[in-house]
Amino acid sequence: MKITTTQWVVSLSILAALVVPGVAAAQQYPEQPITYTIPFDPGGISDTTARFQEPHLEEILGTDVNVSHRPGGGGAVAWSQFQSGAEPTGYEMIGVNIPHIIAQPIMRNNAGYETDNWEIVSFYHFTPTALIVSEDSPFETLDELVAFAQENPGVVTLAGSGSYSGSHLDVLRLEREAGIDLTYVPFSGTGPLPAALQGNHVSGLLDYTMLGVQMEDTGRVLAVSSEERVPALPDVPTFREQGYDIVGGAYRGVAVPKGTPDEVITKLEDAFAETNERITEQQEPLGFVMTNITGEEADEIIGELETAYQPILEDVQEE
Amino acid sequence: MEMFFQALMSILTFEGLLTILVGVTAGLFIGSLPGLTATMALAVLLPFTFTMSPLQGLMALGAVYMGSIYGGAFTAILINTPGTPSSIATTFDGYPMARQGKAYEALVAATIASVVGGIVGVAFLLLLAPPLARLAVVFGPAEMFWVAMLGLTLVASLSSGSLLKGLLGGCFGILLSTIGVSPVGGETRFNFGIPALQGGIELIVALIGLFVVPEVLSMASQGRGALPESGKLEGGVGIAFRKMSRHIFGKPVNLIRSCIIGQIIAIIPGAGGNVTSLVAYNEAKRFSGKPDSFGKGNVDGVVASESSNNVMVAGSMVPLLTLGIPGAPADAIILGVLLMHGLRPGIDLFTETGVLTNGFVLSMGFAALFLLPVGLLGGRLIHRVVVKTPFYFMLPSIVMVTILGTYALRNSFLDVGLMLLLGTIGYFLRLIGIRAAPIVLGLILGIIAENGYVQTMLISIADPIPWLGLVENPLSKVLVALVLLSAATSLLPSWLERSGRMAKTTPDENPDRVNPKEEGKP
Repeated sequence: MKITTTQWVVSLSILAALVVPGVAAAQQYPEQPITYTIPFDPGGISDTTARFQEPHLEEILGTDVNVSHRPGGGGAVAWSQFQSGAEPTGYEMIGVNIPHIIAQPIMRNNAGYETDNWEIVSFYHFTPTALIVSEDSPFETLDELVAFAQENPGVVTLAGSGSYSGSHLDVLRLEREAGIDLTYVPFSGTGPLPAALQGNHVSGLLDYTMLGVQMEDTGRVLAVSSEERVPALPDVPTFREQGYDIVGGAYRGVAVPKGTPDEVITKLEDAFAETNERITEQQEPLGFVMTNITGEEADEIIGELETAYQPILEDVQEE
Repeated sequence: MEMFFQALMSILTFEGLLTILVGVTAGLFIGSLPGLTATMALAVLLPFTFTMSPLQGLMALGAVYMGSIYGGAFTAILINTPGTPSSIATTFDGYPMARQGKAYEALVAATIASVVGGIVGVAFLLLLAPPLARLAVVFGPAEMFWVAMLGLTLVASLSSGSLLKGLLGGCFGILLSTIGVSPVGGETRFNFGIPALQGGIELIVALIGLFVVPEVLSMASQGRGALPESGKLEGGVGIAFRKMSRHIFGKPVNLIRSCIIGQIIAIIPGAGGNVTSLVAYNEAKRFSGKPDSFGKGNVDGVVASESSNNVMVAGSMVPLLTLGIPGAPADAIILGVLLMHGLRPGIDLFTETGVLTNGFVLSMGFAALFLLPVGLLGGRLIHRVVVKTPFYFMLPSIVMVTILGTYALRNSFLDVGLMLLLGTIGYFLRLIGIRAAPIVLGLILGIIAENGYVQTMLISIADPIPWLGLVENPLSKVLVALVLLSAATSLLPSWLERSGRMAKTTPDENPDRVNPKEEGKP
């Protein structure tokens, strides 16, 4: 078949017509408001953080960022809907949390989504967990608690928020590391936890460091699960310092659908990095560890934690 | 004390009062739309408060909260639809009153009750916060289980007519509450293979479906509007106001009891306003001289429900401000705002940053006062709209608003579908005498009871007989006694009546639907 010049011109211009707007769109991104879905209730940590970010993201990106909530199923409702329905245009993004996105697909028959079926823009926060006991608790140190639990299996009750959450997994890891038997009592969210401890309904709490900061006056924080000490709780030793290899907690981040153009992801990455810098001053005192984990590094973290959690979770499933 | 006056002065400025007025008005309209809850109103408002000073931001939030809890009463009375979950009990007598052409009286009674409730809550918070906060932590998982059980005994009094049908409704509600991820253990249950059902059935979705849809369907089938045409305002605002205040303050026992119940339940973490008004309503009915008149338009029912849920607004701040424990869902947002401004809940909040805290608390008191003019005028406006609009415009508009409200809740069409499905089921259940209230009660309390029960079992897992943990604490024992007492007082009269030891009381509002068993008795 002979291709005439005219045909060449026509096909090239069609090609150009198809491609150029795509390139232009990515360069001009964002042109319309961005929806930022939070898969949890308003008022929770993820929501509060998104509220901090919102004005800065808007300023940096130069467009409206609308925070909307779609709570339910520990995040699974929103995540399953996002993976099946969100358009890879960069105008839809969603908050994602580790360990939720790792544990739920393993533990549930049909969580409705997969751990890695999206592009992680950035994990902007790391929240270690903290082991908190009340002021009049008999346990002065972590070792005392472990020693007591060794002699009295199952008697020490630790409350935290949710099942297979950062709190739950760290309790399971402490049991393995110390060779003890604890009882984990899940509550819905962080809200009711301080009351459970102060009313002596449980022996201790294992929840995010935010709660440790909030309860500094009314409780004792025995350990935190970060690699280094948390800036907001400088006097509290880490689990590792005390001989238990537990580094974990929750990562909070944001994801866009698979297939979102790279330029768009880069733009969002930069926006979140810049936002993080601006809100560090307000966020660090609350007990967060600010991070900026992007691209392959984010996938690595997911992979690492998946291998760390898998055996623990499978053990529980067998029980 | 100095801080108190300093706080008072910062509210009594043009800017301060305007913030509260706008907040109350906005809250009122948001609260009166089914699907838009107080929690939602606060979440929407949150970004706006960033541009304000901390005190002004908190004032705005407090005012919106107060206004939206009160706003739920409007739709509850006028179209039998609780605008927020906390006004469920307001429909029981508010709507019958409206049907009798006394809608405005019911609105005025609700307004007065809300104003008093709001102010009483603020007074409790200012004067008794520390001792009340100690009470809050006594409620552990076991106690929560018994509180839920106590709530479930309400089914008996909510099921006008047949106890059996009430219990059936309650069980249906409890079954609905088990859909989704289990609160303890994290397994998915009964989601029929639909991942989106992992979130369970949202209370608001059930509330809208079970209350609004059957009401709209039966209005449509009878070809009538929400209110009779005769429901015009007789003698204007002044007369209705005087009549209602004479009624309410003439025998203040009901008001006082409801306020105290509201305050006690408000400080229990996790119970919140959804339960407050139901319990207050039930007690008003129990202690009333004419319990049979409840559910047929007794204004005392409206007063009990509305006063107790507005006490809850400031009342639930007691554990929040002193211990950092949110007593109601909306409080979690207030906690977020406090933390954002670097305010940590605790006694320091009343001493070191006392001006801010006192200002916040006082602004809620002012917000309650503002409910009076805003409510009386706004109520008159909405009342006129509802009465004047022909039903063939009214019903589609109600349906439209409810569908939008349901969708807006989580941006989910599944919720809309669920709402319509539950509504259709609710309509047919209503035809056979199973009402919405016991179902919703089961849905609310089923979750609380399950949580409390499983947590208690976990906590006492190492004990030889774990279930004894349910009755270990003194407070649990007291609650058990209350549950038994409540069950007995609801069951005994009907038992005595059946065995012929007591004169038969007048049958229920639906004489054609009297329990067939009773009819069959010789």
